[in-house]
Amino acid sequence: MGKPNRQGEVWVFAEQQDGVLADVSLELCGKARELADRLGVKAGAVLPGYQVGDLPKQLIAYGIDRVYVVDDPCLKNFTSSPYAQVVCKMIEKYEPQIMLFGASPLGRDLAPRIASETRSGLTADCTDLDISDVTDNRTKETHENLLLQIRPAFGGNIIATIVNYDSWPQMATVREGVMSMKDADETRTGEIIAEKVDGLDALAELVKVIERHVEDRKVNLKAARIIVAGGGGVGSKENFEQIRELAGALGGVVGASRAAVDSGFIGKEYQIGQTGTTVRPALYIAVGISGAVQHRAGMEESAKIIAINNDPQAPIFSVAHYGIVGDLNKVVPMLTKALRNRRRED
Amino acid sequence: MGFNSIVCVKQVPDTANITSDAMTPEGTVNRSALPTIFNPEDLHALETALEVRDRFGGTVTVVTMGPPKAADVLRACLYRGADRAVLLTDRRAAASDTLATSYILSQAVKTIGDYDFVFCGRQAIDGDTAQTGPQIAEKLAIPQVTYLESVVDVQETPSKVARIRRNIGNGYEIVDVQLPALITVIETANEPRPFAAKKVMRNKHAAVPAEVTPEKAEELKAKGLLLEQWTLDDINADLNRCGLAGSPTKVFRVESIVLTKEGFTEIAPTEEGIASLIQELISDRTL
Repeated sequence: MGKPNRQGEVWVFAEQQDGVLADVSLELCGKARELADRLGVKAGAVLPGYQVGDLPKQLIAYGIDRVYVVDDPCLKNFTSSPYAQVVCKMIEKYEPQIMLFGASPLGRDLAPRIASETRSGLTADCTDLDISDVTDNRTKETHENLLLQIRPAFGGNIIATIVNYDSWPQMATVREGVMSMKDADETRTGEIIAEKVDGLDALAELVKVIERHVEDRKVNLKAARIIVAGGGGVGSKENFEQIRELAGALGGVVGASRAAVDSGFIGKEYQIGQTGTTVRPALYIAVGISGAVQHRAGMEESAKIIAINNDPQAPIFSVAHYGIVGDLNKVVPMLTKALRNRRRED
Repeated sequence: MGFNSIVCVKQVPDTANITSDAMTPEGTVNRSALPTIFNPEDLHALETALEVRDRFGGTVTVVTMGPPKAADVLRACLYRGADRAVLLTDRRAAASDTLATSYILSQAVKTIGDYDFVFCGRQAIDGDTAQTGPQIAEKLAIPQVTYLESVVDVQETPSKVARIRRNIGNGYEIVDVQLPALITVIETANEPRPFAAKKVMRNKHAAVPAEVTPEKAEELKAKGLLLEQWTLDDINADLNRCGLAGSPTKVFRVESIVLTKEGFTEIAPTEEGIASLIQELISDRTL
């Protein structure tokens, strides 16, 4: 396995649960389209599942040319072994040059198993992907049109660019919200290719899903245009009310750092950062958040960042566009009041 | 009877408390300037294995790959109650990416043998990739269950099966997995137990041969305190699949972001300051 196939397609693993495609897969369709155009090849998607309905059409609308569907009762619930088998068989047959997965809990479970079986390189949690010629420093050999897999490493303290010279497909996972979702184009056309993979029954016996509890995501941080997030510096659950009021005055939503969640000021579903949600709103106001790398990784792509903190050395200021050094108990109410007054003047 | 577990653990640089001293001007990491710790989620993997042994019987073997100094984490496992500890140390394993690492660890697991569970922390804080666990599972050709929250129950006959509760990001799942299986464990799974005083007393001088003189090693061996130390030859590893040769991912470029600090516009914490900020946000259409 693994010789470079320069005519190979650019593929996305199409993640779905209960007939709904994951947002991150749709985001990656747009990225795959862009990379495929630059390489002059087609964009493909592998869709394992059961009774997948019109999901292939949705993938095409989001930029895919060819959807490889494996529809089988054994694939009703996600379990690693049969899903990995399906994707490996498709890779073996069609030899894509690039394979992208969402860095969701499911994608981070599946992708490494596939990379292990195909003995390909896999880079986790890429924050950017690009195509470029790369010269190997050791051999001085130049490799044309490689996938540059760019990711933070070492707790976010360095940015590394990873490449695979000769163990293809070049694989990467990308977290939700990192690539922007392109608009669907219902007029796009593409091919839907039905495939069959043998031996799934035995693999599906290895892990049986007995029950699944899915909590509705009540908080939609990702879609928010304005987010006001509070951290450990807010000090108490009661004090967190100030954060809500400011968010209300701005027509935004409330978020939190891990410190605030761990201190019990607010629920985990509000957490922003590496282990929470990745957001990129038009305006992000960080209140009493020191800005550990794990938090910054989840919000630094925001268009405008305002940091409010009494510690001028807090790392949050390194990603801020505007900084207010001061007591949040004074600054936040002042800001809320000024915004409410502005509303009244409008 | 019972259930035998192998736990893969790792000694990692403490990336959460990294300082600019640890970065070279070229933007690479000076590992020797960093304190090392027991990878946090691996402690939860160990605790899960110890709980399985306490509840259902069996043994707990820990294995780590790293320099001789990594024996620190093995001792920390013995202090908590692990039965056996193995260090895999070999210069030829250096520069292994997750694929090569998982190959090496899978060979070590095969060499230990007779296992029902392989437990790993979900991910290590020096890479945050969460790849090595599933890759070991594939190399061992056994099922995997990621993000364990708890072992609900086990069954021994007619075949060994574990019922596991796993986190799925937006909720949880209960699954039945045929054993042997590889399980990755998250930090909310449990509270790692503290060191047991008696076990510390018994094992505090335990060491691998590379840490001591040959004479001292003989002395430790006589007391049963010489920990096992393996090379790639001891686990029958194919050298083409280890180290740089076995690693398809290549680091092409590294940039430091710890040293770069961009400027920001400072706003005075006054009514005038805030009014000017709002004005600016309106004029650039943010508001």
